Amino acid sequence: MAKKTQTKLSPWDIVQIARHAERPNIADYIRLLCEDFVELHGDRLFGDDRGLIGGFATIGGEKVVLIGHRKGRGVEENIEANFGMASPEGYRKAMRLMRLAEKYGLPVVSFVDTPGAYPGSEAEARGQAEAIAHNLEFMSTLKTPIVVVVCGEGGSGGALGIAVGDRVLMLQNAVYSVISPEGCASILWRDGTKAALAAETLKITADSLKGLGIIDEIVPEPEGGAHTDREAAVAAVKKAVLANLAALKKLPLDKLVEQRYAKFSAMGRF
Amino acid sequence: MSWFEKPAEAPVRVPTEAIWAVCPSCKAYITKEAWRAADKVCPRCNHHDRLSCRERVATLTDAGSFKELNAEVSFNDPLKFTDSSGSYADKAKATVAKTGVGESVLTGTATIEKIPVVLGVMDFKFLGGSLGSGTGERILLAAEQAVALKRPLIIVSASGGARMHEGIVSLMQMAKTCAAIARVKEAGLPYLSILTDPTTGGVSASYAMVGDLNIAEPKALIGFAGRRVIEQTIKQKLPDDFQTAEYTLAHGFVDHIVPRKEMKAFVAKVLRYAGF
Repeated sequence: MAKKTQTKLSPWDIVQIARHAERPNIADYIRLLCEDFVELHGDRLFGDDRGLIGGFATIGGEKVVLIGHRKGRGVEENIEANFGMASPEGYRKAMRLMRLAEKYGLPVVSFVDTPGAYPGSEAEARGQAEAIAHNLEFMSTLKTPIVVVVCGEGGSGGALGIAVGDRVLMLQNAVYSVISPEGCASILWRDGTKAALAAETLKITADSLKGLGIIDEIVPEPEGGAHTDREAAVAAVKKAVLANLAALKKLPLDKLVEQRYAKFSAMGRF
Repeated sequence: MSWFEKPAEAPVRVPTEAIWAVCPSCKAYITKEAWRAADKVCPRCNHHDRLSCRERVATLTDAGSFKELNAEVSFNDPLKFTDSSGSYADKAKATVAKTGVGESVLTGTATIEKIPVVLGVMDFKFLGGSLGSGTGERILLAAEQAVALKRPLIIVSASGGARMHEGIVSLMQMAKTCAAIARVKEAGLPYLSILTDPTTGGVSASYAMVGDLNIAEPKALIGFAGRRVIEQTIKQKLPDDFQTAEYTLAHGFVDHIVPRKEMKAFVAKVLRYAGF
């Protein structure tokens, strides 16, 4: 794959890059993107999800609230972070921080990188469905700009729960899907080995999503993928985030919310 | 010896299936007439069987009051999706013909004990009640109609989740429908969510779970991830009542469980409390 140029990458190749163990994760974005980061913990109801984090951040001089799925680096950290799979307390923490952003007049910047919401019994018991649904409802009317960056895996509802944005950016080699290619292959092809075909059929790459009107902008990655040069990859994200924040901040808040509604209403109209 | 002779006409043999319905849960035999009269609720074990959208409308609304809206909104095929069993478009067309409805949700206006409402009722027979772009559009339009007409919005859910065949476009319907429901609530109008068997996946994680009241039918399967996926994840067997309406109520996410024959009156009572 190192020899393949960007144009020759298949959707399945792109999935591998999106899931690469060395791909920039939230810790890299915080370290390389933010001059300052103050993590804020807890959902005030149950606990502190280690797979979805957030807090105050300063990006290029801009004060924001930053939230994002957390994948660890290495096995130990990933176990602690639950591989970026959030539980209800993660979505509820995110919503609490987004409301704080609204109150303080800070934009929200959300980094999406998850295989999906955690499918555990305790997560079900604590209302995984309701936690995501609640976020979808309240993000839609939040009176502050929201910029979403799909930087790795956009795993279905677990991703969408922090991805209702005014601008949805996607890295060139990220993926965003209603179901994993493996899951789709085993259900619709009854054959888990057909994942590559499922990945192609589902149209989960940045180019496809741009064509479908689901994302607003593709952020370029270094040749071979973001993991080959994290600094350069994050620099491109910073540029795109700041440009979009500047444009959104010009809009009066009621106009902003109207446009967000129009944006999501248009999805699925052909 | 007339009693010895064969009768002039042999008795008509009626196949068992024409007379009897069988409860899928306890296997009791009930006459089809009684099954229909009970709105497909087993008189022996109380199993609430699945209803088509039009059967559901009949149980919930004043007779003749339902007027369909948004019938022109049908399915889309944005991915030009085909899998090992053929093309999605063909499957969807066949389902439209078979069910007599254009998408997995039927929307319209109606009255419930004379209270005017906007109603959306999902149909599990339509591709597993899956949430596609046509479904999401019908729900958004119904929500906007509720706001325009100043009527409460009621959605009855029955779904296996988002429709894979429309990919990411299906996923976005979760956000689209919730945005529309937010506007119903901002207008001060009630939004009631009725959860029936099954209500799962992307429907459960969007409009089904954000009712002012979440009202469920007895023993309905209500959950997010599939039971097998959860068992594989935690490597443990799950309790029998896991992901039932009763379990969901005990964990704080359902306001009330209402038997089918009481649902219409319950909804009307709630709407009267809401000032309608």
